[in-house]
Amino acid sequence: MPANVKYELKLGAATREAFGKTLAALGHENQNIVVGDADLTKSTMTTYFAKEFPERLFECGIAEANMVAIGAGLALAGKVPFVSSFSAFVMTKGFEQLRCLVAYPNVNLKVVGTHSGISIGEDGPSQMSMEDLALACALPNFTVLSPADEVATEWAVRWAAEHVGPVFIRTGRVKVPVIYPAGSKFEIGKAVELVSGTDVTLVATGLVVAEAIRAAEQLEGEGISARVLDIHTIKPIDEEAIGRAAAETGALVVAEEHLVDSGLGVRVAQAAAKTHPAPIEFVGLTDFAESATPDELLDKYGMRAENIAAAARRVLARKK
Amino acid sequence: MQRTQNPSELSSIARQIRRHIVTMITAAKSGHPGGSLSAVELLVTLYWDVLRHDPANPKWPERDRFILSKGHAAPVLYSVMAECGYTPVETLNTLRKLGSIYQGHPDVRFIPALEASTGSLGEGLSLALGMGLAAKLDKSPSRAYVVLGDGEIQEGQIWEAAMFGAFHKVDNVCAIVDYNGIQLDGFVKDILDLSPLAEKWRSFGWHTLEIDGHDIPAIQKAFAEAAATKGKPTCIVAHTVKGKGVSFMENNPKWHGVAPKPEELELALKELA
Ligand SMILES: Cc1ncc(C[n+]2csc(CCOP(=O)(O)OP(=O)(O)O)c2C)c(N)n1
Ligand SMILES: [Mg+2]
Repeated sequence: MPANVKYELKLGAATREAFGKTLAALGHENQNIVVGDADLTKSTMTTYFAKEFPERLFECGIAEANMVAIGAGLALAGKVPFVSSFSAFVMTKGFEQLRCLVAYPNVNLKVVGTHSGISIGEDGPSQMSMEDLALACALPNFTVLSPADEVATEWAVRWAAEHVGPVFIRTGRVKVPVIYPAGSKFEIGKAVELVSGTDVTLVATGLVVAEAIRAAEQLEGEGISARVLDIHTIKPIDEEAIGRAAAETGALVVAEEHLVDSGLGVRVAQAAAKTHPAPIEFVGLTDFAESATPDELLDKYGMRAENIAAAARRVLARKK
Repeated sequence: MQRTQNPSELSSIARQIRRHIVTMITAAKSGHPGGSLSAVELLVTLYWDVLRHDPANPKWPERDRFILSKGHAAPVLYSVMAECGYTPVETLNTLRKLGSIYQGHPDVRFIPALEASTGSLGEGLSLALGMGLAAKLDKSPSRAYVVLGDGEIQEGQIWEAAMFGAFHKVDNVCAIVDYNGIQLDGFVKDILDLSPLAEKWRSFGWHTLEIDGHDIPAIQKAFAEAAATKGKPTCIVAHTVKGKGVSFMENNPKWHGVAPKPEELELALKELA
């Protein structure tokens, strides 16, 4: 990705939509791919796969723990299963099964959580997943992916299908801006430098990456040169890129649509502590949200470019 | 509020509740009409006839408890609680909007008179059993009622709770399954069939009744039988119609989680006049 390109950030597909379409395409390429869903095929978008391969889509009913365990069984018998539900349900109700039946024996199951974050809107906190990255990162052997747009999602789903081992992919409900040109290539565990900069680095994941790009543009107007890193792989995290950003820019802001105490921020802080300690400010969620439109919630809960830019000014004030 | 046992009065309250449900979901532009409409007679009979509760004193320790385990049907609970006087009727149309007490799913942070925040399916039966056990320890006459969705009871926790409730003889708990035959992705029989449902509950040790969940006298009789049943919890398998009362919504999976358009609301209100 060339640094300092101008991003149009035109609204594209929701990452769950990109997941569903990619999965259906993969169904043609790999006969071993099978899918489990828990009464949400229309929402997770596994419905695209279901239409083309009804005999390879196992509708598990509203029973997420059982779905995860059935997926593990399918994987142990040689299939490449993707199981999907709202992140808030598959990661919480399925967690013990993910721990003992998937992570511990290192089983080849792919878990895709949709409707992550507060941007699901009106349904409210019971359906909003703010801790899915924390849970997924707490599972040894898991690779944890959090794509920012439809292009990165397609890559993530294809990578997961190829990779032998458990993977969690975090996707969202709402349409998000397209950042990457179609067909962009990513490397697992390698952050993407979307904007180059020297004064501060804005580290972001998921839907907030586009906001970080906008924040960098705002800061540029104030004469602040901000680097932007997209962390599409939360685990393993790119310690090299984070350490280099800390060394070269001397200050970091981490932004995520996740609980601030257990998501990307703490992992970036850990990576910086191990490589090049620097002041860091954290933009993220601190409490359960509420019902409203996605845009109202992103405003109210501080997930916007302005919030990231303000955090950049704070961290710059702390920079010696 | 004016309690009543008169079925025709209850049925006219039910019609008013249905009008609120379709109106508020239309205003919200999102929400779950089907499963709200299927549970109307059950909730109206509970709140106007059966439950020992006092809207003026919502935290009365000896009150009966009601839990809407299928929290996505919040509009029926909000309409009923508003008509009972717990919360304002005038603001029902703020459903799902920023700052509204009428959140997308029942939320005790916004309405303290609610017994539980629900929305993640499969959990309410266990909560009700906990409340029932507490009432027994306190020698309180309080009973706990919980409405479960039929799709919802595919969750394993429901059957863990079912075993527990019978084993511990939590006879002050009454579960009601809103057996409308439809879940999110389609018909329950095509997704993960439950039949024979009453036999399942019986074999788990519950006193089990099957009724027409829109027949108010039958509902009243079932609740009376539940209260009189000692040594076992009761499960009422209530056969209902998803979307009941609005012809184009009835028994149509499409109306699980879609809001009516204003012109559809007009048609619905005509039918509910
Ligand atoms: C644990 C969990 N999984 C999935 C969902 C998403 N969801 C909301 S409603 C619904 C279908 C519920 O069907 P049913 O229980 O039959 O309710 P009703 O027909 O009464 O609306 C689903 C899958 C959820 N809220 N909780
Ligand atoms: Mg149902």
